This record gives sequence, C-alpha cells and structure tokens, in this order.
Amino acid sequence: MNFIKDTNIGQAWLVILISVVFGMSLSGIQALLGPKIEENKLKETLEKVPVLVLGQKASDALAAKGESLKITSSTVSIDKNGIKKFYSLYRAEFKNGTTAGWVAKTGGQGYADKIELLLGMDAYAKSVTGVFVLEQKETPGLGNKIVEDDWRAQFNNKATETPFNVVKQGKGGVNMIEAISGATISSRSVTKLVNQAISDLKPRVTQMQTSDGKGDK
Amino acid sequence: MADQPTASERFIQGILPENPVYRQLLGLCSTLAVTNGMKSAITMACSVAFVLICANVAISMIRDLLKPHLRIVVFTLIIAAFVTIADRVLAAYFYQMSKTLGPYIPLIIVNCIIICRCEVCASKQSVFIAASDALGQSLGFGLALSSIAVIREILGTGSLFGIHILPASWPDWVIMVLPPGAFITLGLLLGFVNWLAMRKSGGKI
Repeated sequence: MNFIKDTNIGQAWLVILISVVFGMSLSGIQALLGPKIEENKLKETLEKVPVLVLGQKASDALAAKGESLKITSSTVSIDKNGIKKFYSLYRAEFKNGTTAGWVAKTGGQGYADKIELLLGMDAYAKSVTGVFVLEQKETPGLGNKIVEDDWRAQFNNKATETPFNVVKQGKGGVNMIEAISGATISSRSVTKLVNQAISDLKPRVTQMQTSDGKGDK
Repeated sequence: MADQPTASERFIQGILPENPVYRQLLGLCSTLAVTNGMKSAITMACSVAFVLICANVAISMIRDLLKPHLRIVVFTLIIAAFVTIADRVLAAYFYQMSKTLGPYIPLIIVNCIIICRCEVCASKQSVFIAASDALGQSLGFGLALSSIAVIREILGTGSLFGIHILPASWPDWVIMVLPPGAFITLGLLLGFVNWLAMRKSGGKI
C-alpha cells in the first residue's frame, strides 16, 4: 500500500477528485444559468433601444400611447484591412414601417477593463441619438462617471460628419466632448469606440436603408 | 483537541470579540470597496456568508483526508467553486446588483477571511462547529460592512437603501462615497471599537 501513497497520484488524488467534481458542477451551473444571464443582457439592450433612438421624452410619450417600436436584430460583419469585425445591430421601426433609428452594440478596451456600449443613431446614421454603457469596470468615482446621463448626453443629436473629439474643458466646438476630470482615458475610450462604430456602420446602415426604401415612406 | 473552542464560543467570537474586520483586520479590500451603499454592502455580506458557510462545511467534512502540504490548494479550489456559483447566481437573478458590484464578487476568492477560517477552524473541528464558526464570522462581517455603509451612504448621498432620508438642503459629502471616505470611516470606526474594547478590559488591549 505504501508504494501507492508515495506516487504523485497517491498524494494528489483528493485535489484531482475535487477538481473533477467541482468542474462538473460548475459547468452544470453555467449551462443552467448562462442563458438566463444572456437574456438579462439582451433584455436590458432591448429596453434601452427606444430611449436611445428617440430620447427619453419621446419614448415615454410613445409608451404612454401604448405603442412600441418594432425591434429587429441582425449581426453585421465589417471587413476592415482583412480583419472581420462583428456588430449586433438593432433596427427600430415605427408601426407604419418607417425606421426610427438604429442601435449598435460595440465594445473595446477602457481604462480598467472592457467597456460595452450601445450607440443609438437616426435612420440614416446622420446623427447620434444616444449612448448607453452596458458594461464597464472603470475606477469608481472617476471613470465610472461615463455611465452618468449628463456626460453621455454630450453625444446626443450631434452630426456624424466629423469624428468626436475629447477636450479637457469647454465644450461647444464641433463635436467636442468634454472629458471627465480625472478620467481622460475613460472618456477617450468611449469616444473612440463611438467614432469607430460610426465609421464602420454608417455606410452599411445607409445602404440597408436605401435598398429597403423604408425611410422614404 | 480539548483546548479548541466549542460551537457557541466560535459563533460568539465571530460577531465581536474576533470580528473579521474590526478585530482581525481581514478582508479590508472588499470592505473598503463595496461600502458606499447599503444595498451593495448587504449583497456582498450575503455572498461572503454563502461562500464562507459552504466552504467551511465542505472542508470540515474532508478534514481527515487533507494532506498538510496540499491543503491550501484544496481550500482554494473549494472556495473558488462556491464563489463562481455565487457570481453566476447574482448575474442571473440580481443583474443590476452584479453590475454594480463588478469585480468584487469574483474577488471573494482571495478574501482572506475565508481561507483564515478554513485554516483555523474548519480543517481542525467538526462540521457543526465549523458551520457555527462560519455563521458567526459572516454575521460579524455583515455587521461591520453595514456599520460602515450606513455612515457613508447617509453622509455621502443623504439616503439609505437608495431612499432619501435627509432633507434636500443636505450638501452631499461626495468624498464619503469616494475611496477616501471609506478609509476615513473605517479608521474612525476601528478606533472607536478598539477604544470600547480597551475600556471594557480596563485599559489593556
């Protein structure tokens, strides 16, 4: 018996057994709860679409009338310098079939960790209608101010002709976004993600819009 | 084993005499980070309680099989498994809360309160004693978190559990919600608790 005890297996059998047992139970938990978590994220996205496309006031008014936007989701792939990039794109339509606007999900590196954004655009992606932060782990008290309404509202109703630019202070210039003091990098990351998504998606959105003729009804 | 504390002693010790935050100064990272509001403090305390109780009971059950040089690996494996469960459950059923707490739930894995209890109590004593020890320590941790969170949330935002309780004229002390507020509050409360303990023991620490 003793020679078994001295082997590696004899020493580590408990560790191996526990790893296998817990590994299996964790994958079980993931299989059980994973869909629910994805559903939560999707639900939040879909809830935000009307606000992002129409603005808080108009979407409240629409909800008060008992109407809702028809939301269809699609995945678009963008070929950029040979690298394929995927976006989840949501099209919001009024009852009569005209496109109210588009919401794109994008993400990238922030200051601390990955930032996930929802970007709302009008029917032809000519202006930004809203920005929402879906996930972030920026510094509490500084970088996480990117989730606040006041800061995000700077993007609203700005034309997408020129890229957004982050300035330390004083807004007002064309597409100037005032940085959060103490969190310039977080501010820049969000702005960069917005610019990238616009330049990637604008041609595609315009093309989809024109070919369907939905915007001209 | 005659000199080991009994179940009720373990339970009582965890709450104040050996409070994980105020007396052992363990788990301070998460203590400082999540106490800017009562809701997040309570969620954190519950998650830690879940992990601590499960880990203590599990380790106590297998304590005779542990090999001294592999025990920390086993502790970490068991703790990590329960933390992952807590994290997934929060993300599935308390989505907004898990967004607020961000990385601090996964970070329970490295919370030294839990590995300390596994080492001190669960790996040496029976399941029942380990469970009551975990319960006492979790209560102590919960009390410590809420005591800090109450002060920080009221002074910092004028509200409790997100509901306004101070008059609107209260100038929110934003610093209390920011990291410096955590250090200030913890420091003052630590001093206060130690002063109390010193007075009780008649001038000796």
